[in-house]
Amino acid sequence: MPTDVNGGLATFSDQLILATVLLYVFAMIGYALDLGFGRSSRKTGTTGAAVPSLAASGTAARAKVAAGGAVQTLDRPAGASGGEDTGAGPEGSEAGRRTPAWAAHAATVAVALSWLGWAANLGAIATRGLAVGRWPWGNMYEFVVAICFAAVTAFLVMQARLPVRFLGAFVSLAAALGLGFAVRYLHVQAGPVVPALNSYWIAIHVTAAICASGLFILAGVAGVLYLARGEGPSRLPGRAELDRVAHRAIVIAFPIWTFAVIAGALWADKAWGRYWGWDPKEVWSFIAWIAYAAYLHARATAGWRGRAAVIIQLVAFGCLLFNLIGVNIFLSGLHSYAQVP
Amino acid sequence: MTTTEQTQDVQAAPAGLGPVGWLRWAWRLLTSMRTALILLFLFALASVPGSIYPQRSISPDKVAQYFKDSPQAAAWLDRLWLFDVFTSPWFAATYLLLFISLAGCVLPRAAAHWRELRRRPPAAPRNLSRLPQHAYFRTGEAATVESLAAVLRARRFRTVTGPGWVAAEKGYLRETGNLLFHAALLALLIAVGAGGLYGYRGNVLLVEGNGFANTVSAYDRYIPGQRVSPDSLEPFSFTLKDFQATYVAAGERRGQPLDFSASLRVADHPGAPERPYELRVNEPLEVNGTQTYLLGHGYAPTFKVLDGKGQVAFEGPVPCLTADQVTYTSECVIKVPDALPEQLGFLVRFLPTTVPAADGSWISIFPGMANPTAQVFAFSGDLGMNTGRPQSVYQLDTAKLKPLVMGLKTKPLAVGDTLPLPGGAGSIQLTGVREWISLQIAYDPGRGPALVAAALAVLGLVLSLTVRRRRVWVRVTEDGDGAARTVDVGGLPRTEGGDTAFAEEFGQIVTALTGVAPPSGAEDGPEPPGGSEDRAAPPRGSKDDEAAPRHQAEAGRSVTSSQEAEAGPAASPQGVKDAH
Repeated sequence: MPTDVNGGLATFSDQLILATVLLYVFAMIGYALDLGFGRSSRKTGTTGAAVPSLAASGTAARAKVAAGGAVQTLDRPAGASGGEDTGAGPEGSEAGRRTPAWAAHAATVAVALSWLGWAANLGAIATRGLAVGRWPWGNMYEFVVAICFAAVTAFLVMQARLPVRFLGAFVSLAAALGLGFAVRYLHVQAGPVVPALNSYWIAIHVTAAICASGLFILAGVAGVLYLARGEGPSRLPGRAELDRVAHRAIVIAFPIWTFAVIAGALWADKAWGRYWGWDPKEVWSFIAWIAYAAYLHARATAGWRGRAAVIIQLVAFGCLLFNLIGVNIFLSGLHSYAQVP
Repeated sequence: MTTTEQTQDVQAAPAGLGPVGWLRWAWRLLTSMRTALILLFLFALASVPGSIYPQRSISPDKVAQYFKDSPQAAAWLDRLWLFDVFTSPWFAATYLLLFISLAGCVLPRAAAHWRELRRRPPAAPRNLSRLPQHAYFRTGEAATVESLAAVLRARRFRTVTGPGWVAAEKGYLRETGNLLFHAALLALLIAVGAGGLYGYRGNVLLVEGNGFANTVSAYDRYIPGQRVSPDSLEPFSFTLKDFQATYVAAGERRGQPLDFSASLRVADHPGAPERPYELRVNEPLEVNGTQTYLLGHGYAPTFKVLDGKGQVAFEGPVPCLTADQVTYTSECVIKVPDALPEQLGFLVRFLPTTVPAADGSWISIFPGMANPTAQVFAFSGDLGMNTGRPQSVYQLDTAKLKPLVMGLKTKPLAVGDTLPLPGGAGSIQLTGVREWISLQIAYDPGRGPALVAAALAVLGLVLSLTVRRRRVWVRVTEDGDGAARTVDVGGLPRTEGGDTAFAEEFGQIVTALTGVAPPSGAEDGPEPPGGSEDRAAPPRGSKDDEAAPRHQAEAGRSVTSSQEAEAGPAASPQGVKDAH
């Protein structure tokens, strides 16, 4: 097992993280400008009738767009927006409202900055891993960095295929805060891991947990926006759309989380002599799993759809965050080797 | 899991029912979705105290400490099973109710799904243009019902044909996966329970050079399941030849462990040839399903004690408890009841890497063994071992003993050094240092089935969350002259959230259908699906897949797209050929 640490590479990794935080912050500003001043088709609720004031302020064509389906109007690649703004958009809707020229480019710039930040984040993880010659998620610092990366990845992939760019400001903010927290409070010098973590299972179990967490963060952001957004007109998409985005992320994340828990049990069977022993980490991963299962069931039950389901989702998200970070800090257990300074 | 209708049915308890009625009401209440949700919450909530309070099954020492620190609170917590949360009656009640509720939901649904699997897709509704997806095109006479159905079958749709129409459905795996997932959870619970009944585990501490044979008496702590007999233990044995711990030697992480490795000589059964095995943290030893795990390690310095008469009263290794995980400063107790004229007792502080501290005492600065020494505190007197009260080998009650050698500042013994005891009481010599390992030996026959059940659960989950249920209908209308035909295609996604993906698939299906026969007129290309025409929104009473089987079971209760489809032409599907 390699014990030598490439100090130069490790320092480079730390610098890349700082660059990542800056890029995410700039991206967040870009997304926020886009959300606040950009093309306003984004504000259309998916339930066509939901936005009466919008129909009043816009033209007849706009009202038809609202009824026709927000998906088509929103599903435009970032690069296309600049060109379309030179004339009337296909909806003919831009004529009625003043969009600052710079704001049209804000989204494009924000997405580009996000990808740059994403690349820096990936670089930071890779150089950290190379510096220590092992999988780069052996302690809380590396774990949180990887989760932020997963959340941004989930967002960037999703926004390339679905009209969810409105999430950008909030996901970037969450990622920047997460990374800042990791750098400020969790950072430990790059180094080797304890023997218990020296297993190929770290690549399977922890990676699955990271992927699922990234998607759960996306869903959590959409859930918070759902509660924050009233029923009235808003620059955010309608509640139904937010609900759909959260559901879509959880539908992908939940099986991955299930797999992560099972992989953890398999690893525990190898390392600790039992596959399930109600260690605090196991308890809380189980609680989070149950809570997300409850969300999926609630969404299919009369009387629990909508707001109640969203609240359950956020409770589940709270359990997940506590499991990922709180358990290592507040409760003692077998997972406490994950080196919190 | 359970359908929406069911939950609504159980809102109010019916009055004036007989015992059967009440039973039925209670059963429907238990198996309703709302109850299942509440039980899920309770299950999660019930687990929380298990992570807050120390659990007997995990850390009995911490429970004992709790009793010592706050006996009154501990007694109350104990009464509520809060030190045994996961084996407590209330925890069992929660999950048993949940699983009964689950079974009561899964079984009827499995039956419904079985019927559905054998049923044909419902016939085409009258007006395909009212469906969420609709397209039509003109085509030649090669577009027969059969050839169009073949296109859908090639896309793995289940089809049925009638006079002038094709009905097709796909995505039955969604419900199959859903049922598989829930059934697998039941199987998992059974596997875990069986493992607990028929399995056992135990702990043992082994010093280098010593051996272990897998019998109940060899364990320091043995926890059998209720159905385990002592004779059923796998009769293997092994000897610990050597233990090696490697640590980071320098830098910020100096002292962090890197690798633990125990060299064993293993005999799989009595008389079997010995084989070497390197036991590591993530690499347990397996003998016929019984696993041996390396859990911990420590130091066992060896001592030789001469008593006042010059006889060897004690000789051998003394396993020490690790007092400090960073420096491996260890504490050990030697009891020498055979010493004459008086019994001798020793408290030993073992320092694996000894350096003098600034204040004149001696400390260890590294967990590895670079300069091992032992500080000895000697006592003489009655050790109290004949009183019949059990004593811990790691504790020495010094209250009634006479101190012989005390003081942290005396130079500790190096290996080979002898400390003469004052007053001719004898001497103690540090003869060497060995290491000990702590092992967990576990046999759990449920782990294989549990793994299979877990894998099936993931498979079922993925199916139930990714597969979309959808229906497509095709109607062929002859345009009078017999050569040209109009083909109407309608599509109905039956799974929430898959609308966009279905629109895409529907477009591909329509394109594939147009390929059956060349269009008779160039202007009649396929209508883009999800069309631009201002069609009225179709009734979407139940897009919810969960409720679908029930809707069909109670046909005619509510108007939904699928219901409408079933109320369509009641032609027998077999009659297709004759009609043409």
